[in-house]
Amino acid sequence: MSEKVWIAGGGVISGIGLDLKACLQSFRNMQPGMAAMQYLPSVHRNTFPVAEVKADNATLADMARMPEHISRTALLSMIAAREAWKSSGLDDISRYRVGFVSGNTVGGMDKTENFFPEFLTNSRGGRLQQVVHHECGSVTELVADMLGIRHHVSTISTACSSGANALMYGSRLIRNNIVDVVIAGGTDALTRFTLNGFNTLMILDQQPCRPFDDTRTGLNLGEGAGYVVLVSDSLAAQLQPWCRFSGFANANDAYHQTASSPDGTGNYLAMKGAMDMSGVQPQQIGYINLHGTGTQNNDVSEGIAINRLFAPHFPAMSSTKSFTGHTLGASGGIEAVFSALAVKEGIIYPNARFEHQMKELPFAPVTAYSTGHDLQHVMSNSFGFGGNCSSLIFSKA
Amino acid sequence: MSDLKAQIIEQLNLQEITPENIGNDQTLFSKDGLGLDSIDALELIVLLQQHYNIRIANPEEGPKIFHSVRSMAEYITANQTAKA
Amino acid sequence: MAIFILGTGCISPQETAQGGPLLAAPREYEQVRLATVDPDYKQWIDVKQIRRMSRVVKMGVGAANLSLEAAGITAPDAIITGTAYGCLDDTGVFLTKMVHQQEEMLTPTAFIQSTHNTVGGQIALLLGCNGYNNTFVHRGFSFENALLDAIMILKEGSAQHILAGGLDEITNYSHQLLSRFGIYKKTPVKTMELLNSPDTGTIAGEGAAFFTLGTTRGPGTVAMLSGVSTLYKPLWEGEVIGHIMKFLEDNNYTPADIDLIVTGRNGDIDQDEIYEEVAEALFPEHAEACFKHLCGEYPTAAGFGVWMANAIIAEQKVPEAAAFFGRAPKKIKNILIYNHHQGTHHSLVLLTAC
Repeated sequence: MSEKVWIAGGGVISGIGLDLKACLQSFRNMQPGMAAMQYLPSVHRNTFPVAEVKADNATLADMARMPEHISRTALLSMIAAREAWKSSGLDDISRYRVGFVSGNTVGGMDKTENFFPEFLTNSRGGRLQQVVHHECGSVTELVADMLGIRHHVSTISTACSSGANALMYGSRLIRNNIVDVVIAGGTDALTRFTLNGFNTLMILDQQPCRPFDDTRTGLNLGEGAGYVVLVSDSLAAQLQPWCRFSGFANANDAYHQTASSPDGTGNYLAMKGAMDMSGVQPQQIGYINLHGTGTQNNDVSEGIAINRLFAPHFPAMSSTKSFTGHTLGASGGIEAVFSALAVKEGIIYPNARFEHQMKELPFAPVTAYSTGHDLQHVMSNSFGFGGNCSSLIFSKA
Repeated sequence: MSDLKAQIIEQLNLQEITPENIGNDQTLFSKDGLGLDSIDALELIVLLQQHYNIRIANPEEGPKIFHSVRSMAEYITANQTAKA
Repeated sequence: MAIFILGTGCISPQETAQGGPLLAAPREYEQVRLATVDPDYKQWIDVKQIRRMSRVVKMGVGAANLSLEAAGITAPDAIITGTAYGCLDDTGVFLTKMVHQQEEMLTPTAFIQSTHNTVGGQIALLLGCNGYNNTFVHRGFSFENALLDAIMILKEGSAQHILAGGLDEITNYSHQLLSRFGIYKKTPVKTMELLNSPDTGTIAGEGAAFFTLGTTRGPGTVAMLSGVSTLYKPLWEGEVIGHIMKFLEDNNYTPADIDLIVTGRNGDIDQDEIYEEVAEALFPEHAEACFKHLCGEYPTAAGFGVWMANAIIAEQKVPEAAAFFGRAPKKIKNILIYNHHQGTHHSLVLLTAC
């Protein structure tokens, strides 16, 4: 049994870059990914800016080496998972006991919603090929099969914390000696289903979002995928791991189906639980990658929970969703990669468009990109519908 | 106002409640009233749009407008006459 | 470390929610789509909350509550759910309105309820449970992954009592679509004749089964959850047989230690072949019980199988409606549940009487 679990690599595709290197370049250049919709056909095209991956399905299919007709969610997943594997220094995947644990929120909905208009007029209508990968698990399997992973394949769907919860389960699979390596994270493509769903909640901003700013009025949706490669102690000894996945916790707010409790109970319990597992004190956390969606409710709850836990010593903090948008099931995976890389490279990411201090909070997010920090411990938060709150900690050793 | 009450019951799928059970001035959102929540508020915004063609862009206006059936009715009357 | 089943709850096309002897009066059907026999959900959920809940949410909350009541536990430390399809009904409602209303004037309730972790979230909300909450949505492994996660967390020591279960619903849309994929029988088959059906296709089912698990036995405990394992897309039957052998070995068992096998036969002659081969290779003389003729086929149907196996241990008797082959020994100590979904997702669960 491997006591410790390490991060051997990571891959990201998002609205600010087709790979991790391109994403970093966008942070450095302060270039967020929000724009008018180019690839998602929707009547809201000119109303809500989104952070789309800047490539059509044909281009993504080429990159993924998969057929163009399959769900964009699977294409994004494949591209980021392969990048993650390549960055790990591990060679032929068939040599290891490997698991693939991926989070997503609506599976192959991008295809299902194209199928439905015809199906609704005639229950024998519509091409079945468009719904064959509707299930969340099916998207995961398309990628697992392509990568040649068979030892353990699983999918998690807990709304916006799906990707983070995939890392937790992956870590447990290694610690329980079920596999030695897990590619863990999440993926989600933009769909009309989610866009309209968030619109009914009236939490989409018509401007680029402003997380942790007093004038914030909502979130921007994004899309993408992000995966880390988790490895056991014995494999880590043969590699140069980025950092250690030292702590995590999931807690439930048990307050409301979609809203966070005003005192951020679930958020607090998740962060506290993760720190307890890591054995670190609040002042040892060097940077927090915030959930930071930019909604009124989330940012104040998250902020109050952070205040309760960290005051008076606040670490550097930022919401990278101010660049990538909220990528839902992918966000926990994407932000885990950013956070693990932050430990390795000493990076603190900027929070775009922050201008006005939130009156409820005594701290402000970081607004500039910088490197060279000695970050011993970095925290990543992901909070979702159903009160689902997750916090991850990545550590130097 | 009884039309409005029936629309509210239908939109929110309120069970074991009839229009006669809802007082004109009964609070809709407090625990001792109907006990509705923020999701219901969003549903009521769509109700106003569907049935009365009234758009509420800012959900924060909700608590004032949706205080009671009477306040909703007054808001509807005011906004429909304003338009006419 | 031993993992004990403290209580179980099941809502299914059989009368599993009322208590009483296992399958004393089995419901017999002659249809290709079975529906759950619903208990009165208002015993657990008040009217203000129930109005937004679709069937799958209600059956999940119901089965979870039955399981906690049986265990005598009011507050589990964690809630782990498995559902392949999630909340299909609300997904269909929102999609339909989105199409018909051209993305305008949509309401939030169906969207919120369509989220896959709605059931787990609702149970937490109703119980006021701030603990770990996870939802697995991996097809025929959803339920098994939930059990495995629970076992790993209990062994870690970060929770004492975990509520874990699996559930799926059928909707008109999903049934129409799955029928078009040719999964179901073309003509209805009687419940007690399904497993001897000479052709392909099965019957559609649905249901919820929840288990309260812990590291110490409770007053209602009759069995330990000794092991769970999954096998994804085996290349041939030999790999399945090898996997079962290794699984038994890892748990320090041989086939001879198994008193009863519970299999996921579903009446599809092609899909049932592997059960024949496994029985022939490893359990030629063993008694075999089945469950999918009673609950129908769905990705988390193994939950019904494990629920039934636990009840068989409690009663030390295989009910006639479930018996498929042979006679179980007088003392039923070890039950192996072997299920596969669509030939791609194979799973093993081992229960041991205690």
